[in-house]
Amino acid sequence: MDFPSFPRGLLSMVLAGGLSLSGLAGAAETIKIGVAGPMTGGYAAFGEQFWRGASQAAEDINAAGGINGKQIELVKGDDACEPKQATAVANRLLDQDKVAAVVGHFCSSSTIPASEVYADAGVLVITPGSTNPKVTERGLPTVFRMCGRDDQQGPLAADFIIKKLKAKKIAVVHDKDTYGQGIADAMRDRLKELKADDRVVLYEGLTRGEKDFNALVTKIKASGADTVYFGGLYNEAGPLLRQLREQGLKVNFLSGDGSLDPAIVTTAGGPQFVEGAYMTSVREARNIPTSQAVVKKMKDAGFDPAGFTLYAYASLQAIAESMNGAKTSDGMKLAKWLKSHTVPTVLGPKSWDSKGDLKDTSFSLFIWEPDGTYKEMQK
Amino acid sequence: MDWHILAQQLVNGLTLGSIYGLIAIGYTMVYGIVGMINFAHGDVYMVSAYLTAICLAVLFSFGIDSLPFALLATLATTMLITAAYGWTIERVAYRPLRGAPRLAPLISAIGMSLVLQNGVQLSQGAKTQGVPSLIPATLRFGEGHDFVQITLVQLMIIVVSLTSMAALTWLIQRTSLGRQCRATQQDRRMAAILGINTDRIISMVFVIGAAMAAIAGVLVTLNYGSFDFYIGFVTGIKAFTAAVLGGIGSLPGAMLGGLILGLAEALFSGMVNTDYKDVFAFSLLVLVLIFRPTGLLGKPEVEKV
Repeated sequence: MDFPSFPRGLLSMVLAGGLSLSGLAGAAETIKIGVAGPMTGGYAAFGEQFWRGASQAAEDINAAGGINGKQIELVKGDDACEPKQATAVANRLLDQDKVAAVVGHFCSSSTIPASEVYADAGVLVITPGSTNPKVTERGLPTVFRMCGRDDQQGPLAADFIIKKLKAKKIAVVHDKDTYGQGIADAMRDRLKELKADDRVVLYEGLTRGEKDFNALVTKIKASGADTVYFGGLYNEAGPLLRQLREQGLKVNFLSGDGSLDPAIVTTAGGPQFVEGAYMTSVREARNIPTSQAVVKKMKDAGFDPAGFTLYAYASLQAIAESMNGAKTSDGMKLAKWLKSHTVPTVLGPKSWDSKGDLKDTSFSLFIWEPDGTYKEMQK
Repeated sequence: MDWHILAQQLVNGLTLGSIYGLIAIGYTMVYGIVGMINFAHGDVYMVSAYLTAICLAVLFSFGIDSLPFALLATLATTMLITAAYGWTIERVAYRPLRGAPRLAPLISAIGMSLVLQNGVQLSQGAKTQGVPSLIPATLRFGEGHDFVQITLVQLMIIVVSLTSMAALTWLIQRTSLGRQCRATQQDRRMAAILGINTDRIISMVFVIGAAMAAIAGVLVTLNYGSFDFYIGFVTGIKAFTAAVLGGIGSLPGAMLGGLILGLAEALFSGMVNTDYKDVFAFSLLVLVLIFRPTGLLGKPEVEKV
């Protein structure tokens, strides 16, 4: 599906003509913005966070007058965290829904192929949660992110393992996915810098979708590791933690932002298995002073804006700000504008470097409490 | 490798293998009788995992906290409902296609599998669901750091699968129903002429296979505690592999294939590498099929002239 940009441009001109005619007839004009992520499938919890966050942002921006006087209309795109479906969703959002910009996707393995589609069409895309370095390393001008990178997140975990936990033997497990293996490798690279990579006694990948990791756990036990680092998502992190504890291994457990979700308590079968696990993730947005009004509004409406919710909110804010600032919805012009301005968001002021990465990114460490909640650790 | 690590891997492999074996029975029996692969069988197992969680939740909400009773009631209810699923699937997707070329029921089986997956996803949500750990008891052998352990649930898995296997073998070898099954397997038309209601027998086979998958679903839910609408796919493929490995159409073959597959996965993962354990399992299958095309315990099929 690689149409030259000419027919698409022509088509949108014809459509724009049609729209302005209907505009004369009195219909309200809207700006369509896509929200793409795993709305179904095993990682739907993250997709729901995206959708809730973006919906709240659209509501608030519309109430304040919209973008250049037009109201925002969100279009949902479901990639189920599958690369093939992600490119199909990207094409649909562009060809059928004619979105002007996109918030998404979640899984790096989906974001990477989908963002090529958006970039080919010159459409701005901001991912609230894809942390793999490749997302912005490919030099696609219209691709941005609202979160940090795994080569910042992994090293934070590595420093903690070496300096605070003083681990002697480390087992590294990943889920063979772009995100999971990427973050595990970033952690290991930092261990090399710390001259501690000889402490890695095991480095292996498990299969996503499986539930039985007992053989791997026994192997970890045999390796004598005192610390386990897992690169992957909560669906596998939960059963892995449970089986570690059930086999009587009192090892330290660390993971990344893909595991930091209350759903891990369900997948592990109870808070007693998750207690004491450490995880790195984007800063807890619910504690930032600038987000308090939005947090209160969403909590009053019955949704706790955990995880990436406020990151999705901020992504839509950035899109709206750039459209207001650049007075266009042309992706290339918006990208240029975003890279030269600082945008006030619910997460505080944000600005981007030439690659589309945030200039300030900070990850935090979290620890799971006995009651099945997590809290940000003091730095 | 230390003895306790090896022993632990054997325990892991036996547990996993028993589950594969239980599910493989469904594949092997259906193949034996109607000569087709029921690709919806893995999803029947997935449905039973959901039923287990629902049953347990209902029982506990009524304040029934006697664990043995709750487990037995759950097992019975789940087997009953899952068996009804098996019966319905046969009636809806296979019986109308009984006379059709073999490819047609194969496609309808895949369709049935998709219907079950999407139905569960729509009605129960796509998120991974979980059951809290109910039986934490563990038997440990050895001292200090060097021990082998088997959790009560793992022990239950091995004992229950072997018992159900024995009961099923008795059913097939010693009862009138079993005789009718074997007759239908040998020659469906001749069996029908001799007064066996072959349609009923085929339904029964689907029901028995589904009930076995239900036992697996209950045990797995107790053991791992987490499941989603997609678990039937991976486990189904593995169990199907186990059935082919053991010799499709053979009941003891299904159990043997399951155990070999489970042990192979655990030992390869434990001694060599977890990344490639599935590659190893399937290479093993290919090797067996090269030297024994009918599987380990399968009988060579005689072309009837």
